[in-house]
Amino acid sequence: MQNKNSPYLKMRGITKAFPGVLALDRVDFDLELGKVVALVGENGAGKSTLMKILSGVYKTDAGEIFIDNKKVEITDPLASQNLGISIIYQELNLLQNLNIAENIFIGKEIKKHIFVDKEKMHEESQKLLNEVGLNVSTKTLVRDLSTAQKQMVEVAKALSFNSKIIIMDEPTSSLTDTETAILFNIIRKLKSKNVAIVFISHRMNEIFEIADEVVVMRDGKIVGKLDRHEMSESTIINLMVGREIEDIFSKLPADIGEPVLEVKNLSTKDFLKDISFTLRKGEILGFAGLVGAGRSEVMRAIFGIDKKETGEIFIHGKKVNIESTEDALKHGIGFIPEDRKEQGLVLGMNVRENITLAALKALSKFNFIDNKKEEGIAKEYIDKLSIKTPSEEQIVENLSGGNQQKVVIGKWMATNPEILILDEPTRGIDVGAKKEIHILMSKLAQQGVGIILISSELPEILGMSDRIIVMHEGRIKGELSREEASQEKIMKIAISNNS
Amino acid sequence: MTNKIGVNSNSFSKNILRQIARSASFNIFIILFVMCAIMYIISPPFRSIDNILSVTRAFSYIAIMAIGECIVIITAGVDLSVGSTFGLAGVITALCMSIYNIPVLPSILVGLVVGALIGLLNGILIIKPKLPPFIATLGTLSMARGLAYIITQGYPITKVPIEFLYLGQGYLLSIPVPVWCMFLLAVIFSVFLNKTVLGRRIYALGGNEVATRISGINTDRIKLIVYTLCGVLAAFSGIITASKLGLGQPTAGNGYELDAVAAVIIGGASLSGGQGTILGTILGAAIMGVLRNALVLLSVNAYWQQFIIGFVILFAVTADQLRKNRK
Repeated sequence: MQNKNSPYLKMRGITKAFPGVLALDRVDFDLELGKVVALVGENGAGKSTLMKILSGVYKTDAGEIFIDNKKVEITDPLASQNLGISIIYQELNLLQNLNIAENIFIGKEIKKHIFVDKEKMHEESQKLLNEVGLNVSTKTLVRDLSTAQKQMVEVAKALSFNSKIIIMDEPTSSLTDTETAILFNIIRKLKSKNVAIVFISHRMNEIFEIADEVVVMRDGKIVGKLDRHEMSESTIINLMVGREIEDIFSKLPADIGEPVLEVKNLSTKDFLKDISFTLRKGEILGFAGLVGAGRSEVMRAIFGIDKKETGEIFIHGKKVNIESTEDALKHGIGFIPEDRKEQGLVLGMNVRENITLAALKALSKFNFIDNKKEEGIAKEYIDKLSIKTPSEEQIVENLSGGNQQKVVIGKWMATNPEILILDEPTRGIDVGAKKEIHILMSKLAQQGVGIILISSELPEILGMSDRIIVMHEGRIKGELSREEASQEKIMKIAISNNS
Repeated sequence: MTNKIGVNSNSFSKNILRQIARSASFNIFIILFVMCAIMYIISPPFRSIDNILSVTRAFSYIAIMAIGECIVIITAGVDLSVGSTFGLAGVITALCMSIYNIPVLPSILVGLVVGALIGLLNGILIIKPKLPPFIATLGTLSMARGLAYIITQGYPITKVPIEFLYLGQGYLLSIPVPVWCMFLLAVIFSVFLNKTVLGRRIYALGGNEVATRISGINTDRIKLIVYTLCGVLAAFSGIITASKLGLGQPTAGNGYELDAVAAVIIGGASLSGGQGTILGTILGAAIMGVLRNALVLLSVNAYWQQFIIGFVILFAVTADQLRKNRK
């Protein structure tokens, strides 16, 4: 039985390093049966990494895990499952074309001789569904269920393992209010059955409603544990954002001129609502918000990648119609997407071909590429951006992340854009290259380019932006000037409940 | 060709020999050369100019079709309908001339337009309902072949004018006209792929469609153009063959799509897109042509010929794959 003084799960000194980052730094984390612990922190604070160590996706570099005072080794997801740990991911892990019973018993089908005993499986599944309070036939295909119902199936599946620990990674992010209420009822039921629950969420009101304890992470460390009576929005936010603004480069002064881009009442089919903002010449406009707040989606809609439901775009005060990326390019917009390998580069092509890809028309005569001109432009930007490559003929796949990103930036600079959108331009690249990119952005602003910067790193947003727009769940929730902005203020808006 | 994408700019560099040696097409060239050398030594009939010209003419039909297929495969697509387009275009051109008494050139033009329309339909199916190219062109393969049978009721269309026969049977400076056509088209499309904006974009689209679109490029339009071109080239090849045979045969080109794909793949392209050259494709078609001829000359049993050709396709592609993996 559980010792009253010792928690059911103890993680001690958990450390995990990825190339270039210490994702977890000697973390101690406890769970008690029958309690709900909310795990909060900024993007990249280490929440997911910690949970992935618990669920066997990652192996810890150092540290020990005890369950019921016994030391355990979690080497793979199966080991984790056998120890009674279940994780329900945000993007659910069910097979859409199988029915509920088949999903619950996948990998551990009940057998009668060599055949699957369907009857027994449906019977057992029904019992589990009753427990979580889901009133649909176990023969229903998972793809016909709502998101909330799928989550309940996941919970039922977790129960089928006799899980003692259930981890829920942002379970409410795609649920309606009623569905959330149903999920919370299940969580309460699980609590009463003595299950320990980890609840990862950014929504303060939900945390206050359901959590017995809040654990706050930042930069791979646990920076605070709060009991029910200690929880308040401001304490949690202060703990979350206490990061130092070390040597982030600061934007140099630039003349901010007339508006270059005005977006009015932009909406998309089922996500973005009523997005309006103005970008001026020489200005860097920061877009802050949590992952999934809709920042990239706004830019994709403006750039003609995704369809707009409503909304108007004005460039230099003139209304423009951007239906495709081709239109966007024609109107002088450049877009550096967040995923450079999937969206920014043709990895199998060389540096020259990538740099000139968007500007090729201007480097040609009667559609024939002017080789001299092309080589000249490629060399010019390799030089300007100090891209480290043996020659312009090097395949970009062989460059480092920072240099690859510079190639993407070079590609857009070669089009002489008036508006440049950068989505997480420094994610995953080294400090040196990061600073170079910041200086470059600053110089472009001084030359009169209007820049939109999306970043999940608050110090970067604060250091580079003249103005900051904060988004939350597909809407603009606030705007801060450079002077008034602070990490706390941004985070407070980014996780605001009042929707 | 200096790199694996196959786009070359400073072709006049001093290291041109080294470049050739390193290029993907070089390996294929060596295979072809070795095959020819062996045949030259062991088979006297192979050496005759007549035989070499007839082999070249025989593979030129496949090669012309494979040029279009190559461009499609560079975009990471595939066109299975080329064999049927080949047949339908031959039938319709023959029909125009023999039944409707339309002059030769306009009749050829009608055949080419039919090819363009089938290609355009492929393109529309691929960009609009976003059908996978394999499925879209599998459908049009059957539809086009069906049309060829419906129009002819299964009988060949004969009585084509004498002037029409020049295209497939004639000689210019002692070289068969189809070989000239292949040579000319290969040069035109090599230049198109390597030197023009659209050519570069075709390689980019095959390398990474999303990144290409986000670079402000209308990738859908490129696909329409590419499939339409492929249809026109298949139609042209079919018309030349109709001229060679002197009739519009509804069964013509049956299964040729696989020869076209094989030529492109032997030529060093990858079905995952972004790679491939016209030169390689022509060499690929040549390897298959020479192999067929060699097996006939060496009186290999026809059933074994089929088997050996399949084996050679696998051998060439495996060797190429191993070479790429080593890189």
